[in-house]
Amino acid sequence: MSQRPRVAVAKFTSCDGCQLSLLDAEDDLLAVCERVELAHFAEASSDLQPGPYDVALVEGSITTEHDAERLRELRRQARYLVTIGACATSGGIQALRAWGDVGEWVEAVYPTPAFIDTLATSTPIAEHVLVDFELRGCPISAKQLVTVITALAEGRRPKLPSHSVCLDCKRRGTVCVVVAQGTACLGPVTQTGCGAICPAYNRGCYGCYGPMPQANGRRLVDQFQRLGHGADRLVPLLRNFNAAAPDFRRESERLEQAADGGAS
Amino acid sequence: MSDELVDVPILTRVEGEGALTLRLRDGKLVDAQLRIYEPPRLFEALLRGRPLEDAPDITARICGICPVAYQMSAVHALEMALGVMISPEIRRLRRLLYCGEWIESHALHTHLLQAPDFFDAASGIELAQRFPEEVTRGLQLKKFGNRLLEMLGGRAIHPINVAVGGFHRWPPRAEWDALIPSFEWGLEAAQAAARWVATFPFPDFEQDYESVCVAGPGEYPFNEGDIAIGPSMTIPVAEYEQHFAERQVAHSTALQSVRLPAETAYLVGPLARINLQREHLRPVARRLADEIGFENPCRNPYRAIVARGLELVQAYEEALTILREGVPRGPSRISYTPRAGQGCAATEAPRGLLYHHYEVDDAGRLVSARIIPPTSQNQGQIENDLRAYATRQLLTTTRRDVIATGCERLVRSYDPCISCATHFLKVRWEDAV
Ligand code: SF4
Ligand code: SF4
Repeated sequence: MSQRPRVAVAKFTSCDGCQLSLLDAEDDLLAVCERVELAHFAEASSDLQPGPYDVALVEGSITTEHDAERLRELRRQARYLVTIGACATSGGIQALRAWGDVGEWVEAVYPTPAFIDTLATSTPIAEHVLVDFELRGCPISAKQLVTVITALAEGRRPKLPSHSVCLDCKRRGTVCVVVAQGTACLGPVTQTGCGAICPAYNRGCYGCYGPMPQANGRRLVDQFQRLGHGADRLVPLLRNFNAAAPDFRRESERLEQAADGGAS
Repeated sequence: MSDELVDVPILTRVEGEGALTLRLRDGKLVDAQLRIYEPPRLFEALLRGRPLEDAPDITARICGICPVAYQMSAVHALEMALGVMISPEIRRLRRLLYCGEWIESHALHTHLLQAPDFFDAASGIELAQRFPEEVTRGLQLKKFGNRLLEMLGGRAIHPINVAVGGFHRWPPRAEWDALIPSFEWGLEAAQAAARWVATFPFPDFEQDYESVCVAGPGEYPFNEGDIAIGPSMTIPVAEYEQHFAERQVAHSTALQSVRLPAETAYLVGPLARINLQREHLRPVARRLADEIGFENPCRNPYRAIVARGLELVQAYEEALTILREGVPRGPSRISYTPRAGQGCAATEAPRGLLYHHYEVDDAGRLVSARIIPPTSQNQGQIENDLRAYATRQLLTTTRRDVIATGCERLVRSYDPCISCATHFLKVRWEDAV
């Protein structure tokens, strides 16, 4: 990439929060724009240039067939493809449809469900195309985004930490909400990136950066159960913005089965 | 007969994804449609059965640009269902948090999304080459809104500190005090920004509107109150669903909110607020409205950017007042015991009225949710405006690209948030027959 790398921002099913993070990097925004060319960024510019692109930043999950096709086309146009946020990396909050009946959900929300064209699934980008780098979070951190764009612009592979939120709490000197208050907190199994905000604000982590590599969710859930938390609270805790991430998904389903088994 | 479609396949500089189609027959406008192709996320369905405490975190994810509005409507509605009375200190902090969102959203829209239209620029970044000082000032104004959200909410997008009953924690005093100088600068800078946008070359186009907004108790509409419908009617929020309904209308493929019983379109957002509640602006903002000669009621949709500029001043003024009153005291959160019930509330998202209605059971779970975002309320009015605008333009020009650009700008002046539009339908498009 000798010239300014051409960056495209693409959106699938999502809230726009992750791409907004780029506009939220106010101090860096104009500087970033000097280093890279924002060739296609519909939320920010009416000047939409065709590919190929050096980097495609992809927000959102795949919930329609048409979007799956649009994504494959984008992949053909992009040298590097980076997913931004929980929707793109694990399916987002809309992936909860995996545990519901989409047909019934559509009927509950829309008076004329026949007009609705949506899949029964909300899948992450990596289930459809090759992903070069994943940026976690709901939303992503603007700082990490700038790090990734800068690294790719310089032809380096971005390096981001993958330890747990828990470790950042220790660094910040935050009193542990599990130890002090018995709160169910996903910090020990959640990947860092947010700066460990929730415990600092006196609440448990709800896992918006998704499971860290080698998370031992099972042990943590067992511990929470010993502290008196029931499946009625732990299942929704594991099932939110990264509900479909394999580690969170497995634990929530195990809890649910155990609860059902216990009831019958 | 010759049929023709003028297509703007992707609306840019808006939140979410939408498109626009004008259908012509023999050179005359037959229809104008704002098409929303944002896939449905089914929030109202996925909330069912969850602990009610999840509502503020989850509904925030409807929209990355106005998450606080979702959190505020949700907590107010749920507190009504639970019979929770919040303290004046919690109320004060919620207003402050909302100021942060109005500031970042209005500063973003005025400077980066809408202003480029008046100078034929494709983006705020391109505009910055012509107006470096103004755009940099706009970004700075936006940044302090974000800093405020971070102090109170932990982060700017999807804040984590809002809870049913109050806040998980009060913000730290040092961070609170440190913001005061930024907001003193901001109050001045916001006035300069509003004066600047008031000089833009506005197209000469006027429409009749029925304005609808929250009617705050003696204050500019914000996070609570009744609902004002036009200048002479006010209803309690609990009666909202008797006066407004969502419809699928024949000429459109999207759900639209209408006024009952006449099934007419109406206007929400900054123009509606200022048209109905101008006298409740804080003194600096009110004086500025007079100084720049802001007409009342304003009937030119493009001038919503001026209303937004005045509200940016209002939000800075309000925030500075609250910050100067000092850090809050007392419990940051009111406790409650779950009970079965229903509650509803409306607040003013930056782009207009946002209504939530919930039913909860005695175990503290959500039984049902109903969310009516501003964009679905404005959509009928946007299409009315488009029809009037395009019809008029066709009398003087045959340049389809010129008309299409004008229409796109008209839509953008509403700052529609298409991600928020949980009720829009996926469009199956057919050519004109
Ligand atoms: S990951 Fe979260 S912030 Fe990002 S687009 Fe999805 S819902 Fe929005
Ligand atoms: S502490 Fe957990 S839930 Fe809170 S912001 Fe960080 S990762 Fe997200």
